[in-house]
Amino acid sequence: MRTAGICSLVWLFAISIAAAQDRPKAFVGARIIPIEGDEIETGTLVIEKGKIVAVGPADKVQIPDDAEKIDAAGKVIMPGLICTHSHIGGSGTLGGADGSGPIQPGVRIYDSINVHDSGFKRAVAGGLTTLNIMPGSGHLISGQTVYVKLRLHPKPKKIDDFFITDDGGTALGGLKMANGTNSMRDPPFPGTRGKSAYLVREQYIKAREYHDKIARAQGDPAKVPPRDLNLEALVEAMQGKRIVHHHTHRHDDIMTVLRLSQEFGFRVVLHHVSDGWKVADDIAKAKAPCSVIVIDSPGGKLEARYARFETGGILEKHGVLVAFHTDDWITDSRVFRRSAALAVRAGMSRAGALKALTLAGAQMIGLDHRIGSLAPGKDADFAVLLGDPLSVYCQTLETWVDGVRVFDRGDPQDYLYAVGGYGAGHDQSPYMCCFDDANILGGGK
Amino acid sequence: MSRHAKASFLVIVCLAACNTASAQVAVRGKTIHTMAGTPIQDGIVVIQDGKITALGRADQIAVPKGFKTLEANVVTPGLIDAHTTVGFSGILNYKHDQDQLEHSSPLQPELRAIDAYNAGDDLIEWVRGFGVTTIHAGHAPGELISGQTLIAKTTGNTVADAVIVESKAVAATLTTAAQKEAGKSPGTRGKSMAMLREQLIKAREYQEKKRRAAEAGDKGEPPPRDLRLETLSRVLAHEQPLLITVDRARDIASALRLAKEFDIHIWLDGACESYLLVDDIKAAGVPVIIHPPMQRSFGERENLSYATASKLVAAGIPVALQSGYESYVPKTRVVLFEAALAAANGLTFDQALRTITIDAAKILGIDNRVGSLELGKDGDLALYDGDPFEYTTHCVGCIIEGRVVADTPR
Repeated sequence: MRTAGICSLVWLFAISIAAAQDRPKAFVGARIIPIEGDEIETGTLVIEKGKIVAVGPADKVQIPDDAEKIDAAGKVIMPGLICTHSHIGGSGTLGGADGSGPIQPGVRIYDSINVHDSGFKRAVAGGLTTLNIMPGSGHLISGQTVYVKLRLHPKPKKIDDFFITDDGGTALGGLKMANGTNSMRDPPFPGTRGKSAYLVREQYIKAREYHDKIARAQGDPAKVPPRDLNLEALVEAMQGKRIVHHHTHRHDDIMTVLRLSQEFGFRVVLHHVSDGWKVADDIAKAKAPCSVIVIDSPGGKLEARYARFETGGILEKHGVLVAFHTDDWITDSRVFRRSAALAVRAGMSRAGALKALTLAGAQMIGLDHRIGSLAPGKDADFAVLLGDPLSVYCQTLETWVDGVRVFDRGDPQDYLYAVGGYGAGHDQSPYMCCFDDANILGGGK
Repeated sequence: MSRHAKASFLVIVCLAACNTASAQVAVRGKTIHTMAGTPIQDGIVVIQDGKITALGRADQIAVPKGFKTLEANVVTPGLIDAHTTVGFSGILNYKHDQDQLEHSSPLQPELRAIDAYNAGDDLIEWVRGFGVTTIHAGHAPGELISGQTLIAKTTGNTVADAVIVESKAVAATLTTAAQKEAGKSPGTRGKSMAMLREQLIKAREYQEKKRRAAEAGDKGEPPPRDLRLETLSRVLAHEQPLLITVDRARDIASALRLAKEFDIHIWLDGACESYLLVDDIKAAGVPVIIHPPMQRSFGERENLSYATASKLVAAGIPVALQSGYESYVPKTRVVLFEAALAAANGLTFDQALRTITIDAAKILGIDNRVGSLELGKDGDLALYDGDPFEYTTHCVGCIIEGRVVADTPR
């Protein structure tokens, strides 16, 4: 009896928490940047059960009677930032394919990720809500990527807690490919660009044959070829189920990717595209979206020699879909908005640059129906800012994922990850791919 | 004279003439941050023969006839990067354009920076495009004593054109980056300190031998010349500081201990965990050339903070910011961008600007020439179309000793 009483108390408590979470929340009076549509000077955002239910000018949005009203005057609300290319969680050189060969599409990055990596906490401190976590670029094909939402509250226990799944419960992700210098190494890796392209073509042709065999077997177990995880992933790419995220810098390497994409019909997003400004016409003609990295200086390796802040703006003017990415650890997720701002400095439009941090990234991972803008029916993923998102002085105050606050700058522990300090860096895994220098990390052992 | 030689001669004459002509320049700025007193609103700076000859409010300064006048919303002194390796760690990152670190010995104070500086590396032009006019550069962290540093202007075709101080500091490293494996020394923190102390003691003995020989006059026999000990002797004699790259608090404590034992001047460099030892650093009177705030935080640097500069400045410790050494992409950081992050994390605008102008100049001992806009100082200016720290502001011009070295908005 007594136990039953305690149980029912606990149960009631649980119900009330759920009810509090289920209650709609209305953020009132903020400048709202919905990405789709004009910026709203004084707006209201209403969320309920993890979804956006209303967004618009404060005098036009009806706030439900039972809603919790949150005064957001003086603040800016924009969609959670989406990074199309991240290596947080130990997913760089140590995460995906190993040194046994240049083509390993069967490897899944999510089998290697440390969900407790403080990089995730830094990412939400930068207003990020969704990442495409990728294996490194030291292989022609280094494995399957995973699209994750940074559900840091309650504390995640495993990477599965971050998954974005399809209706069947399968974790969504793409396929990581690379060309140029990073994947050119000692045998069994290719030593030249010609060999690199040949090896990739050979595998895709095999995958096509594998697929044809399965089709011809018409379900007859005697005729179905043994399951091949590597070829299976390539088939998924050719069927458009898996978007190819392709590291490529130099203009000729970019053209090679477009040629391969056309030959095998895989949907491709070009990543980094340092020389993209040189072949913007061709990229536009191929309708290939570009996920651009913005780095503080050109060089550091041959293929980044002509990297420019102007790339995003030039591609935009040619009608190319442009997103930015952190390549975290190459750049820090906490300052991701800076990439867009530097592109604006070099000629990109403000609207285009803000879209490149959000909706364009969602499009590049095929999730723009769920995330990337503030619109009714979309996931309640957003950042609350103090200041203009393109200003150095802007602070991310709060980050929300699926209607749950996952970062609060006012919380001392969250603040530590936002600014740094003693204890902020544990569990970090550096990622700097494919450079043979014992002292590459410069930070010691 | 061959036709070819004649043509070359003409080109040289023209270049010389052009230089002289453009050395007469004035800059009108809506706001001029002189870093010597309050900013001047609607002011003018006149530069003649490379030096500032007049500055003040536009209604009080007459621009001499024939001077070229540039205009900008915001004018600052040319920026100073208090520690970088541009000119040593080349843009391509190939083995043969990386002269920032010699690995054959852990102790090489004898390596001079002037023998390795590539004034023509494209990264120098890159940082200049954002307003950086003076750099303190040299052998990078990574060996117990990596070598010497120099101070240069971000211009000139040769090291002789560029350099303003040929040998400034001797660069030492007390991070694990300088530790060796496979039984080589130094392999630990304790051994690193033991080796440094041993060298300084040797240098002191060397000094002593030289002194005794000099005292003995004709009968004296000076020790054979030793470039390594000669360099360290200059550190002992307070002619050069020992720049000590440190990350961890315990290594900062070791550096301070070393400075006290040998009565030498040191600069703490990097100093990621310096916020844990503010009182000790302040008491020791040691300046700190702080790591770039956007430097990657991992390994020894896992505890770095965007707010370190503000904590040290608040305590009254002399602070300058640096772009540091980068081994990969980006091959260099830009000190303007780093100061911007510091300004967004606790420093005021003025304090942040000081860390890359006058305060950097004072630490480096070159404030008689650069770091502020004052009469008689070098005509080094950076021009911006807005708040220099804002991401979307452009550097619209850069002037070094009266010559316009960059005028494409960047």
